[in-house]
Amino acid sequence: MRQPLPVVLVADLHFSDASPTASERRAVMAALSVSDAGPGAVIVDHPRVVRGGTRRRKQMRHLLLPALHALQREAGWISPGGLNFVGRTLGVPPAEAYGVATFYEMFRTEAPAHELSLRHVCVDPICALAGASRLAENLRSQGHAVHEGPCLGQCERAPAVFIQGRREPDRVPDDERGLDSLLVSVTAESLDAPSLLRHMIDPSSAADAASMEAYRARGGGSALEAALRLGPDEVISQISSSGLSGRGGAAFPTGIKWRAVADGDGPKHVVANIDESEPGTFKDRLLCERDPLAIIESITVAGLVVGATQGWIYIRGEYPLATQRLRHAIAQARAEGWLGDDAAGSGQPFDIDLRRGAGAYICGEETALFNSLEGFRGEPRNKPPFPTTHGLFGRPTVVNNPETLLNVNEILRIGPEAYRNVGTEGSPGTKLFCLSGHVGRPGLYETPFGTPLGELLSLAGGVQGNLQAILLGGAAGSFVGPDALELPLSLEDTRSAGTTLGSGPVMVFNESADMGSVIERLAKFFRDESCGQCVPCRVGTVRQHEIVAQIRRADAPTRSQRLLLDDIAGAMGDASICGLGHTAASAVLSGMRLGLLGTEQS
Amino acid sequence: MNPGNGIVDSHVAVSIDGREVTVPQGQTILAACTAAGVETPTICWAPNLTPVNVCRVCVVELEGSRTLVPACSRPAEDGMQISTDSERVRHSRRMVLEFLGSANDLSQADEIAEWSQHYGADARRYAAELAADADGEPEVALELVDDPVRIQDDLYIRAYDRCVLCYKCVEACGDDAQHTFAIAVAGRGFDARIRTEYDVELPESACVYCGNCVAVCPTGALQFRTEFDLRAVGEWRPDDQTVTRTVCSYCGVGCNLELHTQDERIVKVTSPEDHSVTSGHLCIKGRFGWQYVHAPAFEPPATDTPASESTEP
Amino acid sequence: MFGLGGGTCSYQEITETDVILLWGSNAREAHPIFFHHLLRGLEGGAVMYAVDPRRTSSAEFADVWLGLDVGTDIALANTVGREIIAQGWHDISFIERATTGFEDYAASVEPFTLDEGERLTGVPAEAIAEMAHAYAIAPTAQILWTLGITEHHTAVENVLSLCNLALLTGHVGRRGSGLVPLRGQNNVQGGGDMGALPDRLPGFQALADAEARARYEQVWDCELNPVPGKHLTAMFESMEEGELRALYVIGENPADSEANVAHARKLLEGLDLLVVQDISLTHTARMADVVLPAAAGWSSSEGTVTSSERRVQRVRAAVPPQGDARDDVRIIGDLALRMGARWSAVTAHELWDELRVLSPLHGGMSWDRLEDSGGLQWPCPHDDHPGTEFLHTWLWADDLDGHVPAPFTVNVHRPPAEALSDQFPLRLTTGRVLDSYNTGAQSAGYSSPIRSGDAIEVSPSDAAALGVSDGDAVRVSSPRGSVNMEVSITDRLPAGLVFTTFHFPDLVDSNLLTNDAWDARSGTAEFKAAAVRIDPLGSSPMGSGTARSGPVGSGTGRSGAAAAAGGAGG
Repeated sequence: MRQPLPVVLVADLHFSDASPTASERRAVMAALSVSDAGPGAVIVDHPRVVRGGTRRRKQMRHLLLPALHALQREAGWISPGGLNFVGRTLGVPPAEAYGVATFYEMFRTEAPAHELSLRHVCVDPICALAGASRLAENLRSQGHAVHEGPCLGQCERAPAVFIQGRREPDRVPDDERGLDSLLVSVTAESLDAPSLLRHMIDPSSAADAASMEAYRARGGGSALEAALRLGPDEVISQISSSGLSGRGGAAFPTGIKWRAVADGDGPKHVVANIDESEPGTFKDRLLCERDPLAIIESITVAGLVVGATQGWIYIRGEYPLATQRLRHAIAQARAEGWLGDDAAGSGQPFDIDLRRGAGAYICGEETALFNSLEGFRGEPRNKPPFPTTHGLFGRPTVVNNPETLLNVNEILRIGPEAYRNVGTEGSPGTKLFCLSGHVGRPGLYETPFGTPLGELLSLAGGVQGNLQAILLGGAAGSFVGPDALELPLSLEDTRSAGTTLGSGPVMVFNESADMGSVIERLAKFFRDESCGQCVPCRVGTVRQHEIVAQIRRADAPTRSQRLLLDDIAGAMGDASICGLGHTAASAVLSGMRLGLLGTEQS
Repeated sequence: MNPGNGIVDSHVAVSIDGREVTVPQGQTILAACTAAGVETPTICWAPNLTPVNVCRVCVVELEGSRTLVPACSRPAEDGMQISTDSERVRHSRRMVLEFLGSANDLSQADEIAEWSQHYGADARRYAAELAADADGEPEVALELVDDPVRIQDDLYIRAYDRCVLCYKCVEACGDDAQHTFAIAVAGRGFDARIRTEYDVELPESACVYCGNCVAVCPTGALQFRTEFDLRAVGEWRPDDQTVTRTVCSYCGVGCNLELHTQDERIVKVTSPEDHSVTSGHLCIKGRFGWQYVHAPAFEPPATDTPASESTEP
Repeated sequence: MFGLGGGTCSYQEITETDVILLWGSNAREAHPIFFHHLLRGLEGGAVMYAVDPRRTSSAEFADVWLGLDVGTDIALANTVGREIIAQGWHDISFIERATTGFEDYAASVEPFTLDEGERLTGVPAEAIAEMAHAYAIAPTAQILWTLGITEHHTAVENVLSLCNLALLTGHVGRRGSGLVPLRGQNNVQGGGDMGALPDRLPGFQALADAEARARYEQVWDCELNPVPGKHLTAMFESMEEGELRALYVIGENPADSEANVAHARKLLEGLDLLVVQDISLTHTARMADVVLPAAAGWSSSEGTVTSSERRVQRVRAAVPPQGDARDDVRIIGDLALRMGARWSAVTAHELWDELRVLSPLHGGMSWDRLEDSGGLQWPCPHDDHPGTEFLHTWLWADDLDGHVPAPFTVNVHRPPAEALSDQFPLRLTTGRVLDSYNTGAQSAGYSSPIRSGDAIEVSPSDAAALGVSDGDAVRVSSPRGSVNMEVSITDRLPAGLVFTTFHFPDLVDSNLLTNDAWDARSGTAEFKAAAVRIDPLGSSPMGSGTARSGPVGSGTGRSGAAAAAGGAGG
């Protein structure tokens, strides 16, 4: 006897009478691969035997985000009927599903007044300099639905637009126009130096980035072969001796992370964190678009080395092309035998699932990412415990970004000694820098660690006009002035200079830029992107933004305003749960120190 | 066997402000502070809920840690050196209290007010900085948590302008006790609020009126109607109230009740957080089913003729 | 069971157990705070099977719900028992050491093959086998039940058939494993413990035990009648026979709460004398010759009550009684005085001290210890005893600590007393909902936002067959009477089963329908199984429906044991 899903009672949850439309039902069921009769959180075996309870609904919770994406695309919002249908199917309480839906920029919980796809226009500093508000105005006047929001990760071709599709795929107009991004690798010429961009700048590769055959022909797959040949212990020890550290900003030693997870028991996970949302950063997007099979290979290496059975890609919802290519690459990797019950002939099972974010800067924080992927609000967890012991689904988890993962491929290709020959003693290897703003050729640049800032700018065609300030490390980074051009771009040198490389964004501002406006926008960014969980960040980012806005109107801070900003910064930096709060005052304070907000009044 | 309460057989020694204390393995820094006789402010922590460590008012300085750590959730480890009254700790605690005071109506949050005084929190200085400029007019408005009071039934009210988003109500409604999940945090950042789905009225939601959310609320954002109504007429007098411990008169579980009485009438019912049966949590009958005690007991009911008939001759 | 009248486990143990059989209990609504403990068990990894004709809100939390036909609990338990034996999952060494009667039991369940079980209960054989396996092999497991087991004409045999399963598998007498009846009222356990059963003395000692009787006679300075009195249902039978002519009712509302209530009312009306002592003017009180107004036992009196985990706890007076109402203890004491008895113990404290002398179960529970602690669990025989978390550890002692082995019992499956017929083709069962309680004397006094009134719940397929929709008025009739109700369609019910509550007797007199066929051993009537017919009514029914706040003053209890008004020694 078939029992339709919407009437199945689950774990004493309460749903309103609102029903989904037929198309909402279809969209959700297609996204979740469930039929009318289940398997949902409740399974009707027989009119007298029903399987339910809390265990199964907990196992299904991670499907919430894909289900909400399906609803949003179909109906243009998360309607009460659609939410009920998802809630009943997965056993998610409607209040919690609503709480999740309202967390993300890409989801609406009020009915749209139109049937249009939504054009997201970035209004963060680089796009603002490039005329984002004019663009938004033009689009509106053409009858488009427009949402002005945070960085879309296309700073090299600002101003950026991303189209969130209504009953059509999401897309980026610049991708469709075939607008190419500039990629430069200083080390790509030498075969025995690490180069993450080698495949990408090879003219023969651009056309078939996701073809396994072409990838193999370029030497792809050698890292996986090396990993299987060397065995987990040797791979980890090579990573350790290479000195590789994480490229997301925190610079944690990758070998230590992998060792800890490899030593853990039971089911484990590998997560590729492709939720790069730091304003000014677009490197991971380009890596995934141009060399997706290399990403899949590196995730597989990580999985087999640490003994994980499941790999996950969590990618920004605003990256449709990269998403499409990674999905294709996963299919290719399955066909090639890299993924499956006997992954790459290792005798171990390993597969990769891809999940899209939905617009939340905080989800780039690894524990927020776990919560988001698990179907909860993307609120960071307190650490310790660390992901290496309590990560995704509470299990030991390796989480790395694509740049870090591709470095592992390079280490396995050339060996740790050759790898260490590039870069500095404290920062071996190369770093990807995302150059944007007032430089001659914005784009993605790979240079050895330790390259002076001025040299990097020269590579990019130099500063356009007179340099006013450079924001290193994005919104979470700090401003340096024209006197910093000699600064070697290494972890240790930037640290001792009181600044940071972060994930590698270098945003350049000449004297034409209204820095007060830039800094106010950065403060607004944190106010908008704070998840709201902890008090120092939730209220601190608001108070900081208000005072900065007030200072801008007066063209200069007072002493007591500066002291109050220092007080706020102290509490956010010391008492917040996660890195967002810890760094939310960094750009503002550094900008103020450089006088970018005007000279202090007494 | 399903792991229940683990049996503790090892202890750890930590130093709190230079004083060595020993606590069972698995206990928190907060427990160690208590053992050392150091009082710690808490807002989002409660003994009967899983720590969420979001308010950050309990932060302490841990030697070797880059940032301050939350005492309420961080397990004590052997050899930890902890300062609870350093300048950094006092600063962050003061700022957390100040932040809340600048955003919320804390007029009924007595404990927060006491700690605010203790740490010298001055919530007014934010508005002052905004107003200090130009012609005395604030060009930039100080954002407040502004939300009209919700009165949707006879049992409780919700006044979210007092809500400091401590998550306690969500936990009590969710998997820390009731498993009803009628409310959750919705929205993000400063706009995050406790909400039912689409903010539907409480009687239309999953709420089963156990009142466990109200019982754990530290600011009066959630309040029993009895208290709300008495406050409205200036008759809520905690100093005149007595608390009597007894057992619920309904089912056979044996839930302990604390009857708060004022002028020989019950005005509120709670349960002891440390009682093995309830852990402080009750159901709708225990929490609200007492009202008949004050109803006229020996008057016949209004309806006396059921619309039914018997085959009995 | 096994000589003591209480659940074997503490609530804490449900958080630690591996497998839970929740059988005939909607604890989510009837015992919400116990269910919190159970939920902790589920969070910790326990697997739950819910056995209930309805897929109740409790059953929604179960990993598997088994929807048996009403009144087939013995058939299902016997099938589970046979499957365990047939598969060799039973604990032979435990059975040999600690039990008697296994061979007879095994022979009695032999006909209950999985297929036969499916035929008798309606539950597919595979699901029965799965539950049998899970229960038998679990390191620890508990069976919990409530009135779904006991409100049948086979009440005692129903319970015994579950006890057999624990004896088969050794799931009793060990931490985490046991047999737990959840008590429906705040002192139904204490009432039974204190002698509110016809064959028991306070302290659960047998009236038939001459030695025990002698001790009471000495302390009470009187002679005790060794012939057991009558339980509630037998009293009504005796009224019918004209033997019982005067009735003193304390904290009970039989004029609303009895099954086949019209018949009960007629018998109450025929009494020479009816005295009612209660906290409000219940339907029964309105029929009385004399009403003795009583103070609410939990908020206006001192005393103790005992919970489902045998925890004795203090109740205390917080507010003065209303009007002329007085403490039950005082009323009964004064009545005794008028009758010429001069009792020495007149306060709750004094009564408690007297009990401690007479009851070994309570001997160690001094008034002071009860004051200070969060309650003590019996047995607590001496002052240094911490109380007892779980019972019957002797089952696991080599020599059984001198106890008589626990007996298996042979229980015969008998379907509900009232068979379905062409005239009455639907099975009616009754139960509680979360925000209301019994006949509403207490729960009608507050304004519950979730109150729905007494509707007749019907499965979607029956509703379709009857041609009715949600909110439609119908007439529900059993061989005993008819009531008008509103229809509520629900997926909780399989076809053929209908359900209602009994919380609003002044609006919907649902006990006009229920069957007063009763279990000879416990005296419990078969509230859970009546045969009914549903006839759609054209227009809205009079006086039924959705009262968001019902009337004050109906009745307090429905069970034979003492209810809310009982204080110490009540």
